[in-house]
Amino acid sequence: MILIIAEHQRGSITRATWEAVASAQVLAAGEPIGIAVLGANAPLLAELSAAGVGEVLSVEHPLLESYTSDGWVRALQQVLAQATPRLVLLPHSYQTRDFVPRLAARLDAPLVTDAVGLEGTLDALVITRPMFQGKLVARVKPVGPGPVLVSLQIGVVRAETLQRSSVAPVRSLSVALEPSDIRQRPEPPFQEAKQAVDLSQAERIVSVGRGIKTRENLAVAERLAVALRAELAASRPICDNGWLPMDRQIGSSGQTVAPRLYVALGISGAIQHLVGMKGARTIVAINKDADAPIFEVADYGIVGDLFEVVPAIVSALQQS
Amino acid sequence: MKIAVCVKQVPTREWQPRVNEAGTWIREQDASFELNEPDAYALEEGLRLREAHGGEVVVCAAGPARVQQVLREALARGADRAIHVEDAALASADGLATARALAQAMAGEAFDLVLTGLQSDDQGHGVTGVALAEYLGMPHSTIIMEVAVQEDSLRVKRELEGGWFQWVTMPLPALLTIQSGINQLRYATLKGIMAAKKKEIRRVAPAALVPAIEIASLAVPTRSKQTQMIAGSPSEAATELVRRLRDEARAL
Repeated sequence: MILIIAEHQRGSITRATWEAVASAQVLAAGEPIGIAVLGANAPLLAELSAAGVGEVLSVEHPLLESYTSDGWVRALQQVLAQATPRLVLLPHSYQTRDFVPRLAARLDAPLVTDAVGLEGTLDALVITRPMFQGKLVARVKPVGPGPVLVSLQIGVVRAETLQRSSVAPVRSLSVALEPSDIRQRPEPPFQEAKQAVDLSQAERIVSVGRGIKTRENLAVAERLAVALRAELAASRPICDNGWLPMDRQIGSSGQTVAPRLYVALGISGAIQHLVGMKGARTIVAINKDADAPIFEVADYGIVGDLFEVVPAIVSALQQS
Repeated sequence: MKIAVCVKQVPTREWQPRVNEAGTWIREQDASFELNEPDAYALEEGLRLREAHGGEVVVCAAGPARVQQVLREALARGADRAIHVEDAALASADGLATARALAQAMAGEAFDLVLTGLQSDDQGHGVTGVALAEYLGMPHSTIIMEVAVQEDSLRVKRELEGGWFQWVTMPLPALLTIQSGINQLRYATLKGIMAAKKKEIRRVAPAALVPAIEIASLAVPTRSKQTQMIAGSPSEAATELVRRLRDEARAL
């Protein structure tokens, strides 16, 4: 069995869960597919049961109403013991990253995170994943007794490719959990002050990364943003430094955007950034490093010094 | 409070990727190394907590002999002493194997708090910290943006996706993985560098490593998208880019 661990947030199954189901369908080759979900209500279970899988395993327990790493590990350990899957697929979300290494350590099971491809058979899986900030790509093999745990990078498979089918049965699994098993006391999730800028609506975005070097140099990017009538945004390190406010950050911990034009200045293209912008229609990358991973997603690339190239683009725009 | 901070040594950002002849790991002889940036934030947080609550900061690393460089760097920034789990095979070890090796060396220390970075800038599994919590039998929380120490518990601010956050309380001892940007980093002073030379680095040999992942191949990625590279002087490239954005992509 290939078992997907579904994730739900604020009353919806996350998109990345459907991507994991779509991946399982491609890989299955006759192997049954199941979905396990913790703390889901009836509408969510109905939605999952129509996802083109063999069965849905539902785990309900008062201690699983809110997510905790201890609760999830303890419950999933029991789910995997009952379902005995050969492969477990999870979305590589913040929640998965919070509990799955602990689950793997507890089960002594191999774990491959941030996978972008799976090939071979369930007995001889070869998993592709980025390494060295995307500068290299590795093909890795899980070692040791299963089940093999694999978290899938968000957005690698399109959720739309999911083959939905007739309704699968929902089976309730019971797990033993004591209040003392759960050491974390979570408070309700919250958002900081409403985001001032909604970059998801921007038509054009000029985005800066480490290559901008200093806060003062942001003026170079600002002039291009004005010339393009674009919003200014940044990769995480720029916001970490406080050079731009956090609500202008693009990437997995910031906003996800899909503008008509995205201009990346001095951004190397770590995956955490790419997931936030690779849906842009036209991507321009300007970087001094010809090997920067940003060039893998760019439509147009210029290898060069952004402090020379960007002012030249501003004057070319003014002349055109 | 007795605080451990786990750090990793990784290739520098300027490193140009080269793989070894077998195509299974990087050519180490070409690489220069530095402190994994996410771990620098964990170290800074550990130093700030010691300044606020007293105690000591012990910096721990697993890796070959070269790893001493980042341990000295951490000692120069203010850590009190270091533990080096030394084995050449740890250079390319996966997260579970690394966590097991660290746990063996750290278990006897009875730390109150263990901090790690979010993930490493080399293999980037994001596994070592959380697995280490399991091996040490501590509760954990990840992607932490703020740490408040209470009597014998911690209240921490976890970053969730898409601008959401959550406060979580848990008892000590505990392990946290720290989000980059939680604080402003300090750098080593000359005085710190001199003092670091006298600080202890305890070397520990790990038990035989049991890998959970084998790297079958490592390569420069092939481009899936047809990127049009625009050559020429800055002004030539700029003019050509603007022309293509206007006429081909219709993006202006």
